[in-house]
Amino acid sequence: MARLTIDGKEIEVPAGTVLIEAARRLGIEIPHYCYHPGLSIAGQCRLCMVEIEKNPRLQISCNTVATDGMVVQTGSPKVLETRKSIMEFHLINHPLDCPVCDQAGECWLQIYYMQHGLYEPRMMDEKVHKPKAVPLGPHVMLDAERCILCSRCVRFCDEVTGTSELGIFNRGDRSEIGLFPGRELANPYSGNVIDICPVGALTDRDFRFAVRVWYLDRAKSVCPGCARGCNIEIHYNVRRPHHNAGRRVARLKPRENPEVNKWWICDFGRYGFGFIDDPSRLLAPARREGPKAEEVSWEDAVQLLAGRLRQYAPEEIGVLASPQMANEDLFLLKRLAGHLGIRSLDFGVPPRDPGFEDHLLIRADKNPNSKGAELIGLLPRDGGPDARGMLQAARARRLKCLWVFHHDLTRSAWGEAEVLEALLALGCLIFQGSNANGVSAHAHLVLPSATYAEREGTFTNFQGRVQRFRKAVEPLGESRPDWEILARVGEAVGLDLRPTRAEDLFRELARTLPAFSGLSYRSLGDLGQKVQE
Amino acid sequence: MAELILTRNFHLAESHTLRVYRETGGYEAVRKAFGMAPADVVAEVRRSNLRGLGGAGFPTGVKWGFIPKESTKPRYLVINGDEGEPGTFKDRYLLERDPHALIEGMIISAYAIGSHTAFVYIRGEYVRPWEIFSRAVEEACAAGFLGKNILGSGFDLDIIVHRGAGAYICGEETGLISSLEGNKGWPKLKPPFPAVRGAFGCPTIVNNVETICHVPPIINRGAEWFAGLGTKSQGGTRMYSVSGHVVRPGVYELPVSATVRQLIYEHAGGLPNGRRLKAVVPGGSSSAILTADEIDVTMDVDGLQRAGSMIGSAGVIVMDETVSIPEALMVIARFYAHESCGQCTPCRESTGWIYKTARRIVEGKGRKEDLDTILDVARRGAGTTICAFYDGAVGPYISYVEKFRAEFEALIGEGQPSLVVAH
Repeated sequence: MARLTIDGKEIEVPAGTVLIEAARRLGIEIPHYCYHPGLSIAGQCRLCMVEIEKNPRLQISCNTVATDGMVVQTGSPKVLETRKSIMEFHLINHPLDCPVCDQAGECWLQIYYMQHGLYEPRMMDEKVHKPKAVPLGPHVMLDAERCILCSRCVRFCDEVTGTSELGIFNRGDRSEIGLFPGRELANPYSGNVIDICPVGALTDRDFRFAVRVWYLDRAKSVCPGCARGCNIEIHYNVRRPHHNAGRRVARLKPRENPEVNKWWICDFGRYGFGFIDDPSRLLAPARREGPKAEEVSWEDAVQLLAGRLRQYAPEEIGVLASPQMANEDLFLLKRLAGHLGIRSLDFGVPPRDPGFEDHLLIRADKNPNSKGAELIGLLPRDGGPDARGMLQAARARRLKCLWVFHHDLTRSAWGEAEVLEALLALGCLIFQGSNANGVSAHAHLVLPSATYAEREGTFTNFQGRVQRFRKAVEPLGESRPDWEILARVGEAVGLDLRPTRAEDLFRELARTLPAFSGLSYRSLGDLGQKVQE
Repeated sequence: MAELILTRNFHLAESHTLRVYRETGGYEAVRKAFGMAPADVVAEVRRSNLRGLGGAGFPTGVKWGFIPKESTKPRYLVINGDEGEPGTFKDRYLLERDPHALIEGMIISAYAIGSHTAFVYIRGEYVRPWEIFSRAVEEACAAGFLGKNILGSGFDLDIIVHRGAGAYICGEETGLISSLEGNKGWPKLKPPFPAVRGAFGCPTIVNNVETICHVPPIINRGAEWFAGLGTKSQGGTRMYSVSGHVVRPGVYELPVSATVRQLIYEHAGGLPNGRRLKAVVPGGSSSAILTADEIDVTMDVDGLQRAGSMIGSAGVIVMDETVSIPEALMVIARFYAHESCGQCTPCRESTGWIYKTARRIVEGKGRKEDLDTILDVARRGAGTTICAFYDGAVGPYISYVEKFRAEFEALIGEGQPSLVVAH
């Protein structure tokens, strides 16, 4: 441990802590560009300099280790003057094209200029010109003139992905970021370089020119793309609906969680939000008799479903839940199935292609809540059939009513022909999900679910960490969160559990299931908590 | 004329061969050193007041002592033969005319610090020195001065000769290490210092060619003798590269107590064509310029520091009255803008800025505020970077403008180009 004083405040930090981190613990943000806690120390931007007692020269706080008795000033006149100078150096060759730059509004050149620059420009000569609008890969666009050469992106590709596509070429003020010959920035984590780029040098080809960032609102969420459950922020625009062709969700950004995803997310997750505002969304409940589908009200849909659940004997009904559903949905569904005496219950459907997995974040299981479904017990009861068994039973006309949540069974490992034969043999196929797919196309009753971005809930990731996701935008059309739909159905069939909020369900879940005991929305916080195993 | 030490054999035909080197007493010091404990060799060099002759002037024996005693990693001796400092060409002479002096110095130094692999990083443009030195290494190997069990001492040493690829910054010791490792020649953050974590992550001592060439005579004749040749804080002689407006440009070996005036007028023959002296750059381009009135200073580390300049690499550039100081600044500023590695923001950005400003002044488009801007930018960037490159550039930026301000102001006032610069 080292005990030191920063801006008059004493603090004790573990041995080896650098000053910029020690200050952060005191709530003091030292301006910086090249420093990033997830990368090696570069010490290049020279912005994070501080004054240390008995040291005539200012020192960079990212590479100076805190020692006992150190007295540090992060805002002395000398520090402020130097910071101003460094800002001037950073900006003399910058094109100052904020009005047409996508980074405007979240650019650290703008922010620090306003906080620490505010000098009169003195550089009157021609600026150095460099390549602009250079695609580095499928997701990332480079403007080398806006680059301040902090080397974060280079270090990310060297140290985190180990792919080393990027380098800094040339010397002096002609230095520029670029790809090594024959390379493309196409690793599965390439989008992270956009996040860590503090300026407008690396921008997102998907997001560029879609919405000005100051129109965006943010919601804390969890990526539903795989069993990792990376913490994310959903950036959405509802204030300027005419922007971005009416698409509300504009982009996803990683949210730091040291236990799950650190500072990163993969590109599959980052760009996997398209389904939320996609034309394939199911917008209203619908019933189908013969080839024609007609929209119905929620009341009619619920009554129709309740009637079917009463009409068939429990052993003629199957429920195929989904690991895309939240713990709250699954818990209520399990209760409902129990209430109705349904034994054919399962959640797992093998995908047609085995999922890609790597050493960093990406998991082969492309569902966010398989662990939750397993712990809550969406599994066959009392010798009932599993998912595949249900399809076999349907083909054999033993199972007559199947309630499928989210899954597109026609794209499963079981093969489209086998699945369709089973689905078409059913007397009643109910599909509940957010987007049209191969199952909804044949369903007698379609119940539109809200997406994860349109509701709140929790997922349990592969580590057993229960994490909250929060609502960003309103459910599209008449779609509703799965648990709300289930609550209405439950009410119609006389279930005793009557939740009015997702939190009610989680409280009940924590009360009744030992794995979840002690957890609450409050205790989960922003970073989640592990179940007891 | 004082005794010559480093250049004593330069006049001999075939001075670069093993035969001539041995005939003149070469490779005797290494036998003597093997009879001493390594720590005693370090102590001897420390007592000799030998200081680094590459530019920084750091005491050599002290530097050797920085290797952590407990480290079990391999240790490396790296010889800096990059010699990129404008106005400096002494190491080139040593590599060409007395390569075995360097090899013998390296064996003794490596023995002192416990290194078994030593690198010599030679400036890429130095083709002849590289050829001659490489041949000398082969000769020394064949004669058993390098390789396993040198002279039956049980001490092993291999020398690896490495050519640079043309960047000034690779003469900075950590830039050199980066380059040697196969990376872009970017200086490294300190701490850790190379003696703790240098080449390939191992303890490394980087010394200049000339510095190490001094080691055999120190061992042969003793620390007291060497220290006695110089001033109180710096021992021995050193080689001054003299270029510019003198009658006899070249390399001169003198005790470090000699003055700039003595060097120019007694040794280099004074100025040609009866012209008057205007200014002297005493220690390579990175040192602050001296006016004609400031040349009565001793050419040791402390003497020039007191004069507000530095001895640096002892590259002495003499300018007569025909030289335009604004043009000289533009040329030097172009060099620093071209050679900045681009790593640290203040250096990367302001070297280009100052060059553009100096060029504009020379082109007759100077503005009143330009001179103050140069001074301000130079001062603001000073001391804010990873390595000493920018601090080196600041020396000329500030001194040229401050000491010859009237000349700059005249150019700005006239609004006439002094020179049309091809971009």
